[in-house]
This record gives sequence, structure tokens and C-alpha cells, in this order.
Amino acid sequence: MYLQGAALGALVVAAALAAGLRGTVLAIVYPVAAVAAVVMGVVDLGVLLQGGQLAARLPIGLPTIGGFHLRLDPLSAFFGVVINGGVLAASLYGMGLDRAKDLTPRVEPLFPLFAAAMNLVLLADDAYAFLLSWELMSLASWALVVARHTSVENRRAGHLYLVMAAIGTTALIFAFGGLAGPAGGYAFDTIRAHAPAPMVAVLVLTAALIGCGSKGGLVPLHAWLPLAHPAAPSHVSALMSGVMTKVAIYGFVRITFDLLGPAAWWWALPPIVLGAITAVLGLLYAVFDRDLKRVLAYSTVENVGLIFVALGLALAFRANNQNAAAAVAMAAALLHVLNHSWFKSLLFLGAGAVLHATGRRDLDGLGGLIHRMPRTAVFFLIGALAISALPPLNGFVSEWLLFQSVLAAPAMPQITLNFASPAIGAMLALAAALAAACFVRVYGIAFLGRPRSAEAAHAHEVSLPQQIAMGGLALLCILGGLFGSVIVLGLAPVLTTLVGSGLPNAGTGPTPFSLIAFDAARSIYDAPIIALFVAIASLTTLVVVHRLSERRTRRGPAWDCGFPDPSAATQYTASSFAQPLRRVYGAVAFSARETVVMPPPGDTRPARFSVTLVDFVWTTLYVMPGRAVLRLSERLNALQFLSIRRYLVLMFAALVILLSIATVMT
Amino acid sequence: MTGDFLIQLLAQGTQMFMVLLIAPLTVGVVRRVKAILMRRQGAPLLQGYRDLSKLLHKESVIADSASWLFRSAPSLIFALTWVAAALVPSFASGLMFNWAADVVALVALLGAARALLALAGMDVGTSFGGIGSSREMMIATLAEPAMMLIVLTLAIAAGTTRLPGVADFFIGQPIAVRVSLALSLIALIIVALAENARIPVDNPTTHLELTMVHEAMILEYSGRHLALIEAASYLKLVLYLSLLICLFAPFGMAPATASFGGWAIGLVAWVAKLLGGAALLGVWEVSIAKMRVFRLPDYLGVAFVFGFLAILLAFLSRGVGQ
Repeated sequence: MYLQGAALGALVVAAALAAGLRGTVLAIVYPVAAVAAVVMGVVDLGVLLQGGQLAARLPIGLPTIGGFHLRLDPLSAFFGVVINGGVLAASLYGMGLDRAKDLTPRVEPLFPLFAAAMNLVLLADDAYAFLLSWELMSLASWALVVARHTSVENRRAGHLYLVMAAIGTTALIFAFGGLAGPAGGYAFDTIRAHAPAPMVAVLVLTAALIGCGSKGGLVPLHAWLPLAHPAAPSHVSALMSGVMTKVAIYGFVRITFDLLGPAAWWWALPPIVLGAITAVLGLLYAVFDRDLKRVLAYSTVENVGLIFVALGLALAFRANNQNAAAAVAMAAALLHVLNHSWFKSLLFLGAGAVLHATGRRDLDGLGGLIHRMPRTAVFFLIGALAISALPPLNGFVSEWLLFQSVLAAPAMPQITLNFASPAIGAMLALAAALAAACFVRVYGIAFLGRPRSAEAAHAHEVSLPQQIAMGGLALLCILGGLFGSVIVLGLAPVLTTLVGSGLPNAGTGPTPFSLIAFDAARSIYDAPIIALFVAIASLTTLVVVHRLSERRTRRGPAWDCGFPDPSAATQYTASSFAQPLRRVYGAVAFSARETVVMPPPGDTRPARFSVTLVDFVWTTLYVMPGRAVLRLSERLNALQFLSIRRYLVLMFAALVILLSIATVMT
Repeated sequence: MTGDFLIQLLAQGTQMFMVLLIAPLTVGVVRRVKAILMRRQGAPLLQGYRDLSKLLHKESVIADSASWLFRSAPSLIFALTWVAAALVPSFASGLMFNWAADVVALVALLGAARALLALAGMDVGTSFGGIGSSREMMIATLAEPAMMLIVLTLAIAAGTTRLPGVADFFIGQPIAVRVSLALSLIALIIVALAENARIPVDNPTTHLELTMVHEAMILEYSGRHLALIEAASYLKLVLYLSLLICLFAPFGMAPATASFGGWAIGLVAWVAKLLGGAALLGVWEVSIAKMRVFRLPDYLGVAFVFGFLAILLAFLSRGVGQ
């Protein structure tokens, strides 16, 4: 705990110091943040592996509950590992920033503060501490979003983010209020000891879903995320998308699995249904978007959806006392939290590298970067394949566990969940296939093909620390894919505290690295064996082909069925790649329309093709209430220009009304 | 122990070798049957081997704008498909490494091969490559949900997603007429046709047709690279036929406890069923026309609906809520 405290202190001091600094010395925050992340990560890992907990109490905070409670248990330790891994990668990337150009006092002082706030949320052991650090995290990240406030788009993103964060925190205040009850026992220990009444519990669950869902990007509360995450500098985007959404997941897990007590099975339905919709819709947004960073942010929405589905399944299994199945679902959720933090941070850092090298984020202005940025291209490819849940990388391990838990859902006694299981399974499979399509599109358009702009044609590789940051994450994606079973073993203490059981037969497979969901007769996934097989098969292929075949290779112009066109504009673009998907899914999800305006014969104007997509969530849930609020405030605006007599009348009337309510109530 | 291990290794090696050996013949049978039914002369049965050998002996021409990904993709795609094909129980169910991947992992391995192929299609930066890749990925998004429903039905029926387990279950079980399995069979056939780029989804014999998918992606390949990709697509056909055989017609397959005698019978039965399946595919392909690309959602929607019905029936037959 002292180490944690020291590291947190170092982050805050670095932030405070940096706030007074200008120019190149600002760069000091990144090494400090990296060291602090390593220290905290090691402490977290120690608690996670050895079990037990660390606790402390500071003499600040609410006096009625005895101060500011801090505690590090296996659950927060696990999320601590996730967060500090992301912070470390982002700090490494930050060390590679150009000291002369990239540093500003609007970003660097806030970076360590943001990292510290996220760690503090995990440590909080009472509602006050939790909400305070949660708000600190929101505000720090908001300030980072509006760091480049000169662009209208960023200001708009910051505004929306602030509104959504306020809504989320308000919901969380209600959630903790419900948990604490009228006695006001805001310490988590007190809350755990008293399970709330069923009706209150439902309200708490709803509030937690809104509060944490809005931070994590659960549909329909996701709208701010694709605007705000890309607006921040790229290494901060990596933190927000890869790591801060995990803090939201942590909040949900802490409230529903730890504080709320035993669940009813139908509590699982909202997270499962919303999660499944989020997963599919998030990717549909992603696959039609043309901005590299926004696509990544939408894909975060999808992954948060997957995690919520897994959490919902865990909740349902636990309510049915099927602890082994609950452990599988929970392991899927936690492992995906870890995996997503790795590949999403990697992809955002990669997007940052592309942005730095070309100055562009629009996919249609990129292309051919694999030639100009060979290392970034390799790392990004690993991230893209991992996030598409393709074996033998890490994304597939958690996806496999998730599918296994869906396959176990028909064993639950509730008909609703039985019949929901094929629908969920199909939606998850659709999400997986769409993810592959989305990232083939992103990679194929941005990194492959021929450059579509002069900037892309003259891109350059990024600095060494940035390559190390991306390379480290890419290595983790590979290792996590091969040895996912070992990570799952390490999760056992968290699983036991949350759902009462670890994976029943973990570690009993034919090889030490076999991942077994339920038992060996039912399903095994052994990534090292498969990887070994693929490696042997490709080596054999290479050797045999090398021996047997003609080895001559000639370079020539592209064939393209005999009509190669040197213009890069003849390539497929991001929009044209999405066209088949738009025809199939866009018409249903976004009522996509394609219009072709053809000038009459003889007219030399070019023909125009345009596509319109309608975002129903945005128009109904954001734009309409926004207009209503605006109209209402215009009406109420008149109240600001009354004479003093009228104000006195209004005050008197309010007093009378309140007094009469009070009399009726008593 | 060591003797047992060697025999197991031998069996696994035999399967890896056999799928590779028989793949061009399987495609040859499809083409031959089609030729006979269309009253064409047609290519000889062994044309597949000749094609591969011809391609291997030609020099490879690579576009100027191609990257390392374009050159290394074919061997990776081939290896992934080969491993996947080796993991499906063919002549015996208890092979050495069949356990290493269940159906979910198997589908994902093929997904990895597909993603690599789609990326390779976009590498040169031509419009044909892009059209093929984007359509291939669109078809995958339609096929995978249906595939998931089939897997779910099997998991409910057999209680496992491991292919040897499912095969053992169906070998041991008297083949009762089960509506839910029949529906899954139809769904799997529809998905398999789509995954293998066969008619009515794609036409493997055309070039220069705007509806082509698979052929458009590999248009820039030549020589040994093309040979590997062609071989991978042959293997994929064998894989899906073996999968159908293993799940719905496992009779003759050697159970996990069998030894050489059982394996020999299993091998003969598997080859016979495989070539029979290829002949049926040939008959199917001459009796139906290729579909427009944007009618595919309807076509694969049928698989999805059948898969869904199969699960509902599986629930009903088992008693809901049990």
C-alpha cells in the first residue's frame, strides 16, 4: 500500500510540477508516469497472485464513515494490472514524442493526473472516495479531450462528454445512495454487510448500468465516445479507449457482483441484451466510418458490449448456482478486459503513429503505409488480427471462452435465457465476423495498396520509444494468445471472490497450456499446439515449395485483368469496401440510401454519388431531448427579466406551495 | 507408451498426408461429374495435380506495389487451412491432436486464413482485389452467425463442441430421424457452399465476371503462390466435406479405441464418402445458376433460419427448461 501511495503521490507531484513548467522539460512526466505505472503494476500483480488484500485509511473524506477508505483486493489488483499496463505503454509512447513540437502544458500535466485518478478509483473502498476519484478521472480526461480546443469538433466532443459524464456520475450517486440505504453507511464494508431490498437493488442495478455504461460506451449511451476518444492526443486516446472503459467495467463488476449481494436471474437480461446490441451496432458504426481513430473508438464500443454480455451471463449463471459456468463467463469478461486493453492501446498508438507520419486520420487519404512504415505496419497488423478474434492471438482466447459460456446457456432452467442463447450466440458470431471485416478494411485501406495522398506517399517511421511501446503491446497480444490458459489460472482468486469458483478443470489438460472451459471431454483450445502445427506446416510448405518449384520471381506492373491503371484513385476506398456491408446491414440499421445524380447528356458536370446514413440513436435519444431542453429554457428565459414585484410574488407563491405540501405530508 | 505414441503420431501424420493427397482428386471428381452432365469432354480426373504441378514450375510474377504480406500470405493461408483440415476427424475420431481445437476454434482458424487472403487481395491496390475482399468479408458476416447456430445445435445434442466427441456420439447413437439434425445439415451445406465459393455463391470457373469473389481476390497471384492458394482452396473443400461426413454420416469411421484394422476400414469409408460427396456437389452445381451477390443475404438467411429452427426443435425435443 505504501508503494502504491508513493507511486500515486509521484504522479500527482509530477502533474503539479508540470503544471508550472513550460517547454521541453514537460517531457519529464512520461518517465515518471512509466516508473509509477511499473511500481503500481508490480504491487497489483503481487496482490493478484498471492491473494490477500492491502488496506489503508486516510483522515480526509466523510467524517461519518471514518475517513477515506482505500483497499486493494484481487479484483482491483487485476484491473490495476490492466490499467498500469496501458499507462506504461502510453508513457513509453509519450517519451517518443517530439520534444520541440508535441509538448503542450494542456496535455502533459494532466496525463499523470489522469493515470493517478484511474488507479485511485480502483483503490477506493467507500462511495465517497469512489465518486471523488471517478469525477477526477472524468475531469482529467475531459481536459485532455479539449486540449486542442481550437477545433470546433473537439469543443463539441468535450461538451458532449461533459454532459454524459455528469449524467453517469449522477446515476452512480443514486446507485451508491441506494446501496448505502437511509442509514448512510457509505463504506463498502458496511454496504456488503447489508443487502438492499429487492426493489432498491433493481434501482441500483439500473443506475449502475447507466453510470458505468455511459463511461464504457454501452448503446445508447455511447454517442460521446467516438467523438471524445479520437479528439485527444493519440496516446491519451489509447488510455481512454483501452483503459478508462475498463474502469467503467470495474465499477459495474464492483457494484453488481461485490456490493449488491445475491442476484435474481433476470437481472442478467439488461446487460446481456444491451451488450449484444452494443456489440453489433458498435461494429456497424465502425465499418461505415472513414476516420481511422473514430473506427477504433467505435470498435471499443463493440468490445465493451462483448464484456457486458459475458458479465450478464456470469450474473445469470451465478443466480442459478451454476458456479462453474459463471466462472467461465466471468473469466471471458476479465480476460477480454485485459486483451482489449492491449490490442486497443496498440491500435490507437498505431493510429497515432500514422497521424504523426502523415498528418491524416481519414482512411481515404492513406494507403501503402506498409512500405513506408514497415515496423508500425507489422505491429498494427498483429493488433488488427488480435481484435478480429483470430487464432492464435489473444483476442480469440477470450472470444472462445465467451462462446463456451453461451453454449452452456441452454443448461439454465429459465426458458427466456434458453431461447435467448441462440440469439446471443448468433449476434456474437456476427460481431466477430464484422470485426474481421472492419479490421481487414482498416488495414487494407490504410496500410496496403498504393498511397492515396502525397502525405501517405512520404510517410516516415516513428521514433524508437514509440516503436517499443507498440512492439511491446504486440508481443503481449501474441503471448496472451499462446498462454491465455496461464492468465486464466492467474485469475482464479478474482473468480473465486466474484462467482465462488474458478474454472473447474483449469490446468488438467493434455498439455500445460490447454485451455479447458468446463471439462476436457467437452471442449479444449490449445493455442501452443495449434501454433506449433501451423508453424510446422508453413515451414514444411516453404521447404517443399522451395525444393520443388521454380524459384524465379519477377516484378512487374499489376495485372488487374489486363487493364491496370496507374492512378491510385482506381483502388478500392474505405467507402467502397463498406458498400456490400452497407447494402446488407446499412439499410436496416441506419436506413442507408444511395443516390446517384447523373447530369443529362451533353452536360459536362461530373456525376455525383452520395450515401446518407441516419443514426437513429443519435436523432431520437440525443437530438430530440436536446431540442426539448433548448425550447424549455427559451420559455423559462422570460423569468430572468421580471420586475422585483413579480419576483416577490413568485417567491411568495413558492413558499405557500411548499408549506402546503409540508402540511399534507405530515 | 512410446509404441502407442508412435502409432498415434503415425495416424495423425496419415491424416495430414491423406487430406493433402486426396484434395486435388476431390476437385477433379467435381469437375468430371459436371463435365459428364454437361456432355462436355472435360478435363481428366487428375487435372488438379497437373494444374498444381504446372503452377509450381512457372515463375512468379509479383506486382510492383506488392509488399511482403502478398508474398508470405499464400504459405500461411495454406498452412492454416491444412492444419484445420488435419484437425477434422476423417477416418478415425480419436486422432492425436484432434482435441487441440473444437469447432469454434476450427471456424476461427479458417477465419484467420480468410482474413489473410482478403488482406492479400488488397495489397496490390487494384479494384478487382478490393471487390473480392470486400465481398468475401460480407459473405463471412452472413455465414458465421449461421455456423454458430449449427455449433450450438450440436453442442445441445452431443454435449460437446469437440469434433471427435460429436462424431463418437453420432457413431454410438443409432441414427434416428431427428428433424433438428436434418435442419442443421441443410444449414451446414448452405454455409459450406458459401465458404467454398461454390455455385450459387461464387463460380470457381469464371474470370472476368463482375460477380466473382474468390477469383477476384487472387487475381494478382501467379506461379508457386497461386499453386499454394489453389491447394488451400482444394483443402478447404475436403475439410468441409469431411466435416459434413464426420457430423452427419460418421458410419464406418474408426472410433477412438480402434487400431489398424478399424483405421483401414475407416480410411476406405472416408475416401468413398468424400468422393461421393464431391460427385453430389458436381450434380448440384450443374442444376443451379449462380446468384447475384446481393441476393446472398436471402440465401444465407435460409441457413440462418434453418439453424435457428434446429435449435428451437432441439430445445423442444429435450423439454424446455430442463
